[in-house]
Amino acid sequence: MPLRGDELDTDRIMPARFLRAVSFDGLERHLFEDDRAADPGHAFNDPRYAGASILVVNANFGCGSSREHAPQGLVRAGIRAIVGESFSEIFQGNAAMLGLPCFVASHEAVERLQTLIETTPDVAIAADVTSGAITAGTMRIAATLPAALRDGFVSGQWNPTLMLLDRYDEVRAVADRLPYMNWVIG
Amino acid sequence: MPATLFQKVWDAHAVRTLPSGQTQLFVGLHLVHEVTTPQAFDMMRQQGWRVAFPERTFATVDHIVPTSSQRRPFLDLMAEEMTTALERNCREAGIRLWAPDNDNQGIVHVIGPELGLTQPGMTIACGDSHTSTHGALGAIAFGIGTSQVRDVLASQCLALDPLNVRRIDISGRLNRGVYAKDVILTIIRRLGVQGGVGFAYEYGGSTIDAMTIDERMTICNMSIEGGARIGYVNPDDTTYAFLRGRRFSPAGDAFDRAVAWWRQMASDTSATYADRVTFDATAIEPTVTWGINPGQSVAVSEPIDGDPDDEAFAFMGFRPGQRVRGTRIDVAFIGSCTNGRLSDLEDAAHVVRGHHVAPHVKALVVPGSQAVRRAAEARGLHDVFIEAGFEWRGAGCSMCLGMNQDRLEGRQVSASSSNRNFKGRQGSPTGRTLLMSPAMVAAAAIAGEVVDVREMLEAVPA
Ligand code: SF4
Repeated sequence: MPLRGDELDTDRIMPARFLRAVSFDGLERHLFEDDRAADPGHAFNDPRYAGASILVVNANFGCGSSREHAPQGLVRAGIRAIVGESFSEIFQGNAAMLGLPCFVASHEAVERLQTLIETTPDVAIAADVTSGAITAGTMRIAATLPAALRDGFVSGQWNPTLMLLDRYDEVRAVADRLPYMNWVIG
Repeated sequence: MPATLFQKVWDAHAVRTLPSGQTQLFVGLHLVHEVTTPQAFDMMRQQGWRVAFPERTFATVDHIVPTSSQRRPFLDLMAEEMTTALERNCREAGIRLWAPDNDNQGIVHVIGPELGLTQPGMTIACGDSHTSTHGALGAIAFGIGTSQVRDVLASQCLALDPLNVRRIDISGRLNRGVYAKDVILTIIRRLGVQGGVGFAYEYGGSTIDAMTIDERMTICNMSIEGGARIGYVNPDDTTYAFLRGRRFSPAGDAFDRAVAWWRQMASDTSATYADRVTFDATAIEPTVTWGINPGQSVAVSEPIDGDPDDEAFAFMGFRPGQRVRGTRIDVAFIGSCTNGRLSDLEDAAHVVRGHHVAPHVKALVVPGSQAVRRAAEARGLHDVFIEAGFEWRGAGCSMCLGMNQDRLEGRQVSASSSNRNFKGRQGSPTGRTLLMSPAMVAAAAIAGEVVDVREMLEAVPA
């Protein structure tokens, strides 16, 4: 699904009033809610893109608030990968935690891909986390994932919590070396 | 080898290189609030994990709390539910929480420094992008997502890639009527809203050296609006004087030992930077945003130029070449983690004293914390605001993001001391936000339209 526009911030992806919840359930219903209401032609209103699993965006996607509600909503709406010109770091990291890779491609390649999908909405698109290649029909474009994220996706180990819990003694050692760990009184 | 504060702090907190190639980084201080954490605590429960270092996490409620009446239970049922969930999660985990009825409650980025929790040389993480604020005290502080909140709760660590450091030097004296907010808006305007992606911003130079910690916080706070996840100022005597005697600051001899450690964590004078840029503070004017991202700003005296962003012009109702000055406003909001501290309220009160809010303007002052509110009341600032027709509220985020009852309606125009002018940010999908300094908001509230605060200040003794 092509979604045009630079600087689509997380307030647009998931307006703050939908953060009023103690669970992420149902967030997919509120994706781009205000943009969709203002624009009947919005990609997320367009029946031709229903069921799309790859989203193609422009520059600085996901800037602004750190709310994980934005990628949570996208994942819950069935989005499995995003291809874009650039992403905010916090958004890209949050998305990776949910197993949603954000591929970076050139401005020109993204535009070509968006135009192709707009003219041929039923074209099949594939994104390969190993090579970074995006294929759409006969079009093939080069894209990249940050190395750490790529390796995580390839090995299926993108969720780092277990890795972080692995060497508790080393964590304790760092904590013990930090002078301020003994200062807290209050 | 000479190093930057960023490198030194990173090295001091690095546990190991993970199989992914990322660094496992120890988090010295973890701050949590009601909005981005309930799901993290749920994930912990599902996995059966315990909070690893409960004494390094501190909690408050700020985003959703009402600021009109903070009596419990809140009339807003969702605010009550989210607050209750945080209370339960903190109780179960042994985490200290400052709830709305507590003297220390406030916006997470206001209370951290205020209580002395935020200290130089620390790593600080919080599920909120404006965590960069804490860099004003020489900490390496950054926003994280909810799954990362879970990781910090579970392990007190994060898996991260290092950033490059860009040194931003600002020198010269700021003119009267020009504030820290104008400096950071000018920086973002020049470097762009994505200019900082991949960088930590280190701010320095004679202008920054002369600034108070409050002013440095305003600058670091908005680093994220320029794409930089981290912004910081090296600790100096201003920093140490600020921290002395605060509740969680080290006391007695420990304070002197702390200062010695803080001093050597500062960037070495011969440190190298991935990039350097300079700004002339004397050329900065009172600045206002006209568009839908914080980089779309102009000096209040200038016509709107540059960015040919049709979407922004259509949404805001401005035309290229037009001036923001003279724009009629409906709402004036003074508050937020950018500009909701005592000195911000003082700057605004200085302009307000002896005037009255224009009849068509709804004007609010929302102190950043209960402590700010008390200190302002002790100085009589609340009387100045109330007599002028402002509403004087309890502490919280309020209209910065419109998650509580304080929201714009329809296409209202707001003059706001907050940090984001995104579409829909202040609670109405079509509401329009003009970002500016608290003094400029105060001036706009009185005039009923955007004015140049310098003209109002001419009538007031310096
Ligand atoms: S005041 Fe605004 S920017 Fe700051 S923490 Fe609250 S909502 Fe976020």
